Amino acid sequence: MAKKLAIIASKGTLDGAYPPFLLASTAVALGFEVKIFFTFYGLQLLNKNLNLKVSPLGNPAMPMPVPVPSIVQIIPGLEWFATWMMKRKLKQKGVASVEELRDICVETGVDLIACQMTVDLFDFDKADFIDGISSGGAATYLEFAGDADVTLYI
Amino acid sequence: MSYFDKELDTSGLNCPLPVLKARKALSEMAIGEKLHLIVTDPGANQDIPAFSKMTGNPLIEATEKEGKLHFIIEKGAE
Repeated sequence: MAKKLAIIASKGTLDGAYPPFLLASTAVALGFEVKIFFTFYGLQLLNKNLNLKVSPLGNPAMPMPVPVPSIVQIIPGLEWFATWMMKRKLKQKGVASVEELRDICVETGVDLIACQMTVDLFDFDKADFIDGISSGGAATYLEFAGDADVTLYI
Repeated sequence: MSYFDKELDTSGLNCPLPVLKARKALSEMAIGEKLHLIVTDPGANQDIPAFSKMTGNPLIEATEKEGKLHFIIEKGAE
């Protein structure tokens, strides 16, 4: 029987988008059955048009070309700059884009589940999400996770 | 380098793309055919053997030549 991977994706930043889609697509390649349960800010990862960002603010571990004090990081445009820099770096190093990894997940049958409660909470419109998303709640996740070999909260 | 049926060059691509592309290539091959996989991602030294073991596609050969990793993977019976 296939191994199972159950992931909760709760982050909606560019750096937070990589682990769920990267591990899910790789797990399928290794023969796993995979479900990702998107909740809270992770729901942003289901939008048709991804506009994910990364911020150095509140993240002192983020490498920057020059040290930028926290007080300066509130300047408009710095988040845009950090995101642009990260995307350029990812491309230079031959890392797949989030869109590319998500497409592979969809094509290879990863089950993408939107948490119904947080969809309602944030008044998200499912029409903005990519096709083929199912919805569910805590019990949906736990039913699958209860039998899973690997479970991750990201 | 031993005999192979198909070549896949993933030079410049980083984790997990070599594994994902290898899986796709193998899925289009017949049992017993051999894939020559070229990788520059240094993590592949660990990742490709793990992929081979978990998917039942035996790793026949692993060598390093001019900064690139060369793997020969046989398509397994599943």
